[in-house]
Amino acid sequence: MTTIDLDATKFEAEKLFARKRLIGFGIPSVIAVYFVYIFFAFDLPGLAGRANMENAVTLASDSWSYKVHATRDNRSGNVTYAVEGERKGTYPEGQRPDWVRGDEVITIDLGGDIIVRYLPDNRTEIEIPGFQLIEAQAEGRTVTTNLPDDLPDWISASDRRVGITTPEGRITLTGARTEVFNYFPGWELFWFTLDSPYYGQSLATILFGDQIDPARGNITGAVSDWWNNTMWRHKDVAWAIGETILMAFLGTMGAALIALPLGFLAAKRFSPLMLLRAATRRLFDFLRGVDALIWTVVLARAFGPGPLTGALAILITDTGTFGKIFSEALENVDQKQIEGVASTGAKPLQRYRFGVIPQIVPVLLAQIFYFLESNTRSATIIGAITGGGIGLMLTQAIQTQKDWEEVAYYIILIIAMVMLMDWFSGWLRAKLIGRKT
Amino acid sequence: MADISLSGAQHHVDGIQASYMAQVQRRRLYGGLTLLIFVVLMVSGFNVADDRNAGGFWDGLHQIGDYPADVLSEAWDKRADLPALIVKYFPALVETINIAAVSTLIGAIGGLFLSLLGTRGLAKWPRLIPLFRRISDIMRAVPEIVIALVLIFVLGGGPVPAMIAIAIHTAGALAKMFSEVSENTDLKAVDGLASTGATWSQRMLLGVLPQVAPNYVSYTLLRFEINIRASAILGFVGAGGLGYELRNAMAWGPGRFDEAAAIFILLFGTIVFFDQVSSRYRNRLTEGQGQ
Repeated sequence: MTTIDLDATKFEAEKLFARKRLIGFGIPSVIAVYFVYIFFAFDLPGLAGRANMENAVTLASDSWSYKVHATRDNRSGNVTYAVEGERKGTYPEGQRPDWVRGDEVITIDLGGDIIVRYLPDNRTEIEIPGFQLIEAQAEGRTVTTNLPDDLPDWISASDRRVGITTPEGRITLTGARTEVFNYFPGWELFWFTLDSPYYGQSLATILFGDQIDPARGNITGAVSDWWNNTMWRHKDVAWAIGETILMAFLGTMGAALIALPLGFLAAKRFSPLMLLRAATRRLFDFLRGVDALIWTVVLARAFGPGPLTGALAILITDTGTFGKIFSEALENVDQKQIEGVASTGAKPLQRYRFGVIPQIVPVLLAQIFYFLESNTRSATIIGAITGGGIGLMLTQAIQTQKDWEEVAYYIILIIAMVMLMDWFSGWLRAKLIGRKT
Repeated sequence: MADISLSGAQHHVDGIQASYMAQVQRRRLYGGLTLLIFVVLMVSGFNVADDRNAGGFWDGLHQIGDYPADVLSEAWDKRADLPALIVKYFPALVETINIAAVSTLIGAIGGLFLSLLGTRGLAKWPRLIPLFRRISDIMRAVPEIVIALVLIFVLGGGPVPAMIAIAIHTAGALAKMFSEVSENTDLKAVDGLASTGATWSQRMLLGVLPQVAPNYVSYTLLRFEINIRASAILGFVGAGGLGYELRNAMAWGPGRFDEAAAIFILLFGTIVFFDQVSSRYRNRLTEGQGQ
């Protein structure tokens, strides 16, 4: 080893180090520059202005709580009570929540010593600890109050509308009506709506107690009232989840069935015709490249909204993907096994059945089950576009912008559904091809 | 003596043959049953889906070509405008690609930490491994659309909700793939570094990352392909980019089909282009590792 050699090696090593250093600093700095570009391209500084924090607060509080409206119609003087202010959640005539008392003067106890009184002649009194007694009179289209000029920020007042927000609930007064919103934690009416005889009964009473509804047995009656709950629509939700899973199942399995024979056409070993091979491969590329979004749009025009459209969109896209994977798996089969089968005098079809299929089945099944799980997620999204399944229900619930507890319910169900499918496809894969991921 | 042992062997062979035949028959029965269940599920599932669809399968089948034909013929009539439209929608395409790229980068960084913290032998806090695994399971299970829709309500439309939604899902999905790789890393390098007193981050950066980098980059590229599609789809529900423009163009209906066609072309071209580029690089990465 001469010094010249050593020098050359040292030079080489230093060049290598310099290059490594360049890469080590270069790549992170390129990424950092890209992030800076994105920061401005996506207008992140302006995001704070566009973000609606009030929406975020409504969303966060509404998803785990519900409100009961106590509404006085100032024209007729009638007071109605409704969960979430919905007709489906209205208390039947003669019933009301237990935090409301009195007949002439209706006293609403919001808790925390905040008390609202509906007095005759459309007058209202509001007692809030640490604040003066608020008196309001609704007349025609206006509301007159004794509120001072400088108001705390939890009260907004004008001639037409007064809004008071307290930690226990909200009060709004307009000429037409006076409304109190009382907030409670939990998802109200999740089990039974107010018109069901089982509302307010404990589980033990329903299971072991006396018959509540003379026409029906307790358990069948309770299950049917829960299933047909108009507020939470358990029946529709179950159907929607079923539709979503159905889309994923039909799409994945259909794609696999179609892609398998096509995969043979695209594999060099089984398809001697170059032209046919190339055509099949381009078909796969085309099906994959057009993407589920465009297929969904195109198919929705032909078949209308619904689960079948979603299933077909998944089927077409995945035929391309499966075709590619299957043909690659077919290229890699071991020739020895086929020769062995052929040496027993097997015909071509038998050679495929016993020489090829057993080799590729594990690969195919692993891919199919992996896609089954991932397609459950795709089906949720595609459902939102085509109009089918739980994706549609979620989009609708978000677009109405008020039933956030239902949105939370759907989100939990979707996550549970995907995790269940993940577990199920993993279990089935392990059962069918042994524990080898 | 010999006679007895022979007949014993004979019995033995018969027994094996009988049990083999029984086994084969049982296998065939199970196979047939599985096939039967599968066929029943497919047929009944198809019928249910067909029933609940607005239009039936057989009525719609001959209409599949109608919409593409309308779009294509209109686009062909106005083919002179197409280049201008493609230029017009190019910024939207850039936004779609940007959403995919940023969310892939953020997701890959998140997935890297989740996977290192959730792998036995590498985790900084071994007791918290199940926690990090559950976190990545849940992030993976959330469909992008759920987070995107909620964030659109809070943050308003635009690319940011889609970016966050895709990044969260990507982090979960990549964490799983990454940890499958990092489970097979050679721990000797990590032990060697530990013996010199290297900190956890130094051990990961110098001992683990060089071993797993080719696979990680390959998975990240694959994810980037998937995320381009996802970002286009999320645009359709209001998150900006090409999908959003597509929905608007479609809402106009006939007369504006040339715009829809331009968007179709852009989307198709982009997906095919990035598929090709990324699969070439992925092949090179995985082959280079084999040598």
